[in-house]
Amino acid sequence: MQDTSHAPEAHHETLGFWRKHIFSTDHKVIGLQYGITALLFMLFGFCLMLLMRWQLGHSGQAVPVIGHLLLKLHGPDMISADKSGTIGVISSDLYNSYGAMHGTIMVFLAIVPLAFGAFGNFVTPLQIGAPDMAFPRLNMASYQFYVVGGLIMLASFFIPGGAAKSGWTSYSPLATVSDLHRPNGQTFWLIGMVCLINSSLLGAVNFISTIVQLRAKGLTWMRLPFFVWAQFVTAFLLLLAFPPLEAAGVLQLADNLLGTSFFLPTGLVVSGAALHVSGGGSPLLWQHLFWFLAHPEVYVLVLPAMGIVTEIIANNTRKPIWGYRSMVYSALVIGFLSFIVWAHHMYLTGMGTKIATFFQTTTMMISIPSVIILTSLLISLWGASIRFTVPMLFALGFLPMFGIGGLTGLPLGFNVSDIYLHDTYYVIAHFHYIVAPGTIFALFAGIYYWYPKITGRFMNEFWGKVHFGLSFLFMNAIFLPMFKQGMDGMSRRMYDGGLTYAAVPAAAGSPAIPGLSSFVLFLNKPILWAAVCLGLAQIPFIINLFWSIRHGRKAGSDNPWDATTLEWQTPTPPPHGNFAKPMEVFRGPYEYSVPGQARDFTPQNEPDAAQTLTHGNPLRS
Amino acid sequence: MEIPYAVRARPDTGLYNAKIGIWLFLASEVMLFGALFSSYILLRVNADPGTWPLHLLNVRLGALNTLVLILSSVMVVFGWASLKMNDFRAYKRYQGITLLCALAFLGVKSFEYRDKFNHYEVQLKNGAICDGHVDRANKDTNVFAFEAARMVTNHAELMLPPAADAKLEEVKIPMSEIKDRADGKGKEIENYGPWHSSYLAIYFVLTGLHALHVIGGAIVIFAIWGPLSGLWKTDPERYINRVEVSGLFWHFVDLIWIFLFPVLYLL
Repeated sequence: MQDTSHAPEAHHETLGFWRKHIFSTDHKVIGLQYGITALLFMLFGFCLMLLMRWQLGHSGQAVPVIGHLLLKLHGPDMISADKSGTIGVISSDLYNSYGAMHGTIMVFLAIVPLAFGAFGNFVTPLQIGAPDMAFPRLNMASYQFYVVGGLIMLASFFIPGGAAKSGWTSYSPLATVSDLHRPNGQTFWLIGMVCLINSSLLGAVNFISTIVQLRAKGLTWMRLPFFVWAQFVTAFLLLLAFPPLEAAGVLQLADNLLGTSFFLPTGLVVSGAALHVSGGGSPLLWQHLFWFLAHPEVYVLVLPAMGIVTEIIANNTRKPIWGYRSMVYSALVIGFLSFIVWAHHMYLTGMGTKIATFFQTTTMMISIPSVIILTSLLISLWGASIRFTVPMLFALGFLPMFGIGGLTGLPLGFNVSDIYLHDTYYVIAHFHYIVAPGTIFALFAGIYYWYPKITGRFMNEFWGKVHFGLSFLFMNAIFLPMFKQGMDGMSRRMYDGGLTYAAVPAAAGSPAIPGLSSFVLFLNKPILWAAVCLGLAQIPFIINLFWSIRHGRKAGSDNPWDATTLEWQTPTPPPHGNFAKPMEVFRGPYEYSVPGQARDFTPQNEPDAAQTLTHGNPLRS
Repeated sequence: MEIPYAVRARPDTGLYNAKIGIWLFLASEVMLFGALFSSYILLRVNADPGTWPLHLLNVRLGALNTLVLILSSVMVVFGWASLKMNDFRAYKRYQGITLLCALAFLGVKSFEYRDKFNHYEVQLKNGAICDGHVDRANKDTNVFAFEAARMVTNHAELMLPPAADAKLEEVKIPMSEIKDRADGKGKEIENYGPWHSSYLAIYFVLTGLHALHVIGGAIVIFAIWGPLSGLWKTDPERYINRVEVSGLFWHFVDLIWIFLFPVLYLL
């Protein structure tokens, strides 16, 4: 990076395969590396979920087709035969591992790396007119930490005792005593998390430095695309919320390996015998440290998605975003408030009603800026002649899905109703509506939207629409019934899909036992098949993603969507160093359909007419 | 390709890239140690009466280490200022003292750690507790030998250090008189490692993590001071930036200790 004697092109050619594609310091390559790795992890996390849904829908029956493969992978402790002798019944321990690892992988290895690592890396420097990130080598290290953390997580499936099995929340003392192997899956989980935390720490430092330092000339704060603002706030959340979890991880690691008692209370009895530890620890302490990260983490999952959706809506409505400034301030307020809402996950822990009231109040407050952003996006659609492109369809899908997820969160934010709904399938449905049909739809939208900038070709439109339609249908078919299950009281962590608590009708001599109705239990089966169909609906996307690299319709220009932001004002694909000449910005990010202009979009780097005269360089095409 | 503002400050922010980077990193470090200090407070406030030891550590050694770190921080500033005044030899001298301070700090710290690992508490079958430093020279496996120990009748008495006039003496305790552990895994013999009590657990985690920061900081400062010092001739501005940024980190590590010392040694 210090070598300035070469022209950018010459420098580019001197790099070999390894430096160019594997150990690259170019933010675009790192963004793609993040994207591909994260998509693979997402597919893996999805497969874990399919296995869990099979167990919930067909408790005690062998997993079809891959039973023997599972036996080879997990061993006879984890996979047994069912009544008919078919191999492939998932043990309760393995189910718990799948559950814990599904959550961990989806949050820390799939969604965040995709939303922040991939889109943030690829798009942010381009949108601010920077040649690269402020610290290209740290950027590479960030990706490498992520890969190492992910591999440690994957490796934990194959050690004695299997992967972590105390939920993605890893509550102590369960996380310390649930598996007596040392080191065990939980140890791997903690070490993997430390790697992932270091990765996002390096990323966060890099993103904030880049956005503060490397904005192009004239790109003032209120001219930043909302996507950049979203990444900026996200980076601050990662920077400040993750270290307490790192601290908690170190403490739990000490509990697991050194025999300390940070989270182990005095007099803890495990399997009928008192545990030989010094005691005096606090299980609540873990929960506080964990949720201090994990609630801001929710906004880490959501804000980049909002950023992507905003870019796409502005571009496809051909209108400025309504309320851009309020959206920016809302994002900042969300960033601040998200640090003081964490204990609304802990109403049932007995931390006290006064504390619960405080966190209930802040939780209600944080819904206000979220609603402002969503409302601004909705109003932006008003009166527009919308281009229903594939990215726009996904972006439009995001709005109601995120709306459902957000509104169903309100009863969970209230102390009184949460006591009833806590840890039921209602919670599962609520946060999956935010993340799965919400954030993941936004991520799909982003992939379809920026694909022409990466490859110079569009993804196939027809198969994109098929992908959207089927995904939309099956996402809802999966998660909508869960609200019903949860409101009927089905606990989210049960291995048998709620059979233990099935209602028993009155029989001779014994009264009826109230419990889960047969309809609610039956819902597990259509949910399973909707999940399988959702998996099948991704096949067109996967084929489309690779096929279009060579065979997609050509983009035709560097700015095929007629967009205003800077990433479309570079060659396609952008060269090492991004811009042919330094960028200068003259206007806000969303100048679409400005009256009096020849075209319905005015790129940010296009000077005003008056400035054109003085510059003598009209950039008209 | 060159990254803008890698060396010179950006006019509207007044910072070069690495400087904002290190401040952001330090912000996250504040959150890391902040969480650990919060854990310390919560553990201590929630501790049952008679389970939190006071004045367990050697205040003189702690104070010595505090002075060593403060001296090193002053030397870092002198070194950086010398470079600004174009005096490379003075910088070498000052920063050399910084590195010696780092070594001295780690030496004292490891002596303190060793002292804790040699400190044993042994519970006897008659209910008494023998507490003191083990005699490593003892090879007789039938007895547990203390170099200097005191006998107390209950655990809470150990929460305060022995009185100034208390006599610590050599003790040899036959293994047969030592209580068996409730879970059947050996005897009730435990040294003052992190497993011994919540206080020692948080002590070892806090000081251990701090020591790792000292080691990391010292390695970076040494690398800039020694192997990478050729940069001073080719790009002095960038070299001074490196010294400044590593110095900022060093001050932070020093500052953490300024909080650790009273919290762990004095309170």
